[in-house]
Amino acid sequence: MLKKTIHRRQFLGTTIATGAVATAAGMGLLKPKMAFADDVAGWPAKAFDAKVLKNAMTDALRKTSIPVSSKVKLTAPTIAENGRAVPVTIEVDSPMTADDYIASVYLFVDHNPTPLASQFTFTPACGQAYIQERIKMATTDNVRVIAKTNKGVLMASAPREVKVTIGGCGG
Amino acid sequence: MADNIGNPMIRMASSAKKGALVEVRSLIMNPMTTGLAKDKAGKLIPAHFIQTVTITFNDKPLLDIDWSTAVSANPYLAFKMRAESSGTLKMAWKDNTGGHWSADSKLTVA
Repeated sequence: MLKKTIHRRQFLGTTIATGAVATAAGMGLLKPKMAFADDVAGWPAKAFDAKVLKNAMTDALRKTSIPVSSKVKLTAPTIAENGRAVPVTIEVDSPMTADDYIASVYLFVDHNPTPLASQFTFTPACGQAYIQERIKMATTDNVRVIAKTNKGVLMASAPREVKVTIGGCGG
Repeated sequence: MADNIGNPMIRMASSAKKGALVEVRSLIMNPMTTGLAKDKAGKLIPAHFIQTVTITFNDKPLLDIDWSTAVSANPYLAFKMRAESSGTLKMAWKDNTGGHWSADSKLTVA
């Protein structure tokens, strides 16, 4: 199965570099980062395509102003050694029972080319709305997390500034 | 070796007491290119990144994740689950070029 994947990638790589790019550009469809024909079904392309925080929040949450709650904890380094891999930890205080749990969590980086960095959909079986991952940050910026309960209540973490010396988005 | 992609790994305790929170750590190789960087010839390197991670336990949805190109290369992910019953944790990663990988890990709950 690994072999098949390699061949397929090489094939795709060549096609994209030549034919597909020319065609897509001609049709005005060329978007370097999103709107790939192969987007996984159900992936929220619109929210991820937003280039400005306000729009990303509107697409994901239909709101741009969300109350800060100490229940939503976001841990990130004050200074990122490497903008390509900034570790973040998200923890949201919640009973995580069938009646009262965190249903979704959204991670934003204010000025990234795509402000919505990740979206998580939890179930009570998680026991805790907890995530650790590493993200890219283009520049010194705020990272913020918004949680939504199963009842639709929205709460935000305080924004957390991360100083980035070398940006990680590949520009 | 040839292409550093896939090879998912899950690290999780193999047993836990009922009701305990179990931390799961995972790692998968994927370039997670943003589509914004250029190669040495000045051509844009196309976006190639994992878009979804689907996590189930005993085939019931546990956690679903949607990723953007802002997630770092070779993405690491840690999450938690409450140990209720014995069974199998399954993780499935899908990227935007049709690539898909899965891994599983068994948990015995006392």
